[in-house]
Amino acid sequence: MTTLTLLKVERIKLFSTRSPWWCMGAAVFITVGFSALLAGTMQAKDLGDLTPATTQFSYNFGFLIMMVMAILAITTEYRFGTIRATFLAVPTRADALVAKAAVVALLAGLIGEAAGVGSWALSKAIRPDAPLSLDSAQDYRVVVGVGLVYMIATVVALSVGLLIRHSAGAITALLIWVMVAENLLPAIPRVGDAIQKWLPFTVGNNFLYAGQHVGDNNDATPAHMPLGAWGSLLYFALVAVVLLGVAVALAKRRDA
Amino acid sequence: MIEARGLSKRYGRTLAVNDLSFTVQAGRVTGFLGPNGAGKSTTMRMILGLDRPTAGDVRIDGKRYTDLREPLRHVGALLDAKWVHPNRSARAHLRWLAVSNKLPESRVDEVLALVGLNDVAGRRAGGYSLGMSQRLGIAGALLGDPGVLLFDEPVNGLDPEGILWIRQFMHRLADEGRTVFVSSHLLSEMALTAQDLVVIGRGRLIAQTSTSAFIEASSGSSVRVRGPELTRLREVITASGLQSDDAPEGADGPAALVVHGASTDAVGELAGRAGLILHELAAQRGSLEQAFIQMTGGDVEYRTGDGAPTVGAMAGGPGAVPGQPGEALTAGRAQEPAAARKADGR
Repeated sequence: MTTLTLLKVERIKLFSTRSPWWCMGAAVFITVGFSALLAGTMQAKDLGDLTPATTQFSYNFGFLIMMVMAILAITTEYRFGTIRATFLAVPTRADALVAKAAVVALLAGLIGEAAGVGSWALSKAIRPDAPLSLDSAQDYRVVVGVGLVYMIATVVALSVGLLIRHSAGAITALLIWVMVAENLLPAIPRVGDAIQKWLPFTVGNNFLYAGQHVGDNNDATPAHMPLGAWGSLLYFALVAVVLLGVAVALAKRRDA
Repeated sequence: MIEARGLSKRYGRTLAVNDLSFTVQAGRVTGFLGPNGAGKSTTMRMILGLDRPTAGDVRIDGKRYTDLREPLRHVGALLDAKWVHPNRSARAHLRWLAVSNKLPESRVDEVLALVGLNDVAGRRAGGYSLGMSQRLGIAGALLGDPGVLLFDEPVNGLDPEGILWIRQFMHRLADEGRTVFVSSHLLSEMALTAQDLVVIGRGRLIAQTSTSAFIEASSGSSVRVRGPELTRLREVITASGLQSDDAPEGADGPAALVVHGASTDAVGELAGRAGLILHELAAQRGSLEQAFIQMTGGDVEYRTGDGAPTVGAMAGGPGAVPGQPGEALTAGRAQEPAAARKADGR
């Protein structure tokens, strides 16, 4: 079966239910909305802090929503048994699952771009006086790069969903990973700092914020990250690919 | 044609399917019969490559399911009518199935018409009744116009109209030369639907035979006879060396005699020669359920009654048919289930 066919199948499946539409709409609306709120409520004397990097502070909202969508895209298939219908139609399970990951990632990438560029553009429209012009490669990266982070993050999320196969379990696991583990592990004495520098989502975030200044307290990314911006992205992508590989290999072996 | 050779499936300590070998012929409806928990669904899932056999293999027209290219063109299956996303319309569900096997999308409307769902095809499948879901499942199975069809308990929970529809539908499919393999735990249903039977109990093959031969072999023939002079009738029958029992007045009618091991011809001639008037002369079939229990004997997974399954019934070969058929019907405290695979929340 050709790749194009499988991509089309997964596209039909994704868009023939309502929840992806809601997730996509919510991801863009909330992300852009918060940026606009920040831009709109900022006091005139702080306007110098409203840089392209600052407009992206809310990318995490949409990014979590898209990860939840990615998890649901696979766990609902297990929940409703459509994964069996899928494997009956496409017995080469790896192909079907990778096609699903590709469609979800592509969509998340587009939503990430809409959220990132939308946040910046709306902020600029609200505050034309703020230093929001894109002057450097760094500025472009933080605004346009959001889509890439979304893409990779949804592959990670889909892999978690494929491993756990239950919506609630997978979403909980992912939220604990992203919101709790990556924030608490660095607090471990002595080794915490070393661990933090290799935590996937922290490193993925470093792709956007490496060398950036967000306001006075620049804590958007830990200091002294071992990898540069693009190295960070590559590492994040590698984690996603390995995780997907493990999840797909397991799905091939397990009874559907 | 479907061929299973030494098919086995183990879940932990439970052997759900045990060295199962059978053949399903084309152009006939073959029933896959066994009590609940006998391993029917597991076997069907292994046929379709969803579950991986612990041992043995199964081939469809000589190929493993997972080796089929565009499998929906060869095999159609309805294992569970609820394998549809509840918020997806029937049409969208069939559309992605069609696209996945490069079937023309016009085929979607064809199969919808075939099962009579055109008018509701745009509605979300979650709102369908069981009968409608079942029809959608059959539409999905027929999408690729396959030569081999598998149905798992297709009439479960259907109303009489739906049952009749499915029964006739399967006959039509078989008449078109297709291989139709349909599972059920209801022998009476299978007797009406299937020409051949594959009977399993506790994952082991009990019989592979034609339906009529199965019923014939498993129920002894007896004759119910009644006349005004019952006492003389009994004397004549006993004198000819036949065994008979008194059937008291009851649901079957007035008091009569049941003659064992005789045909209606023999009993009729006997009465005629003695000059006796008969009011009733009828062949009596053992009920299908009785026959089934007699055949499957100890091979019921969840049994009731005080008698624990004997060691022989659990470990014996396919030939072991324990001789206490009534036991399985005796109400009493439930035996500890040997396995609870169905309950593990798949």
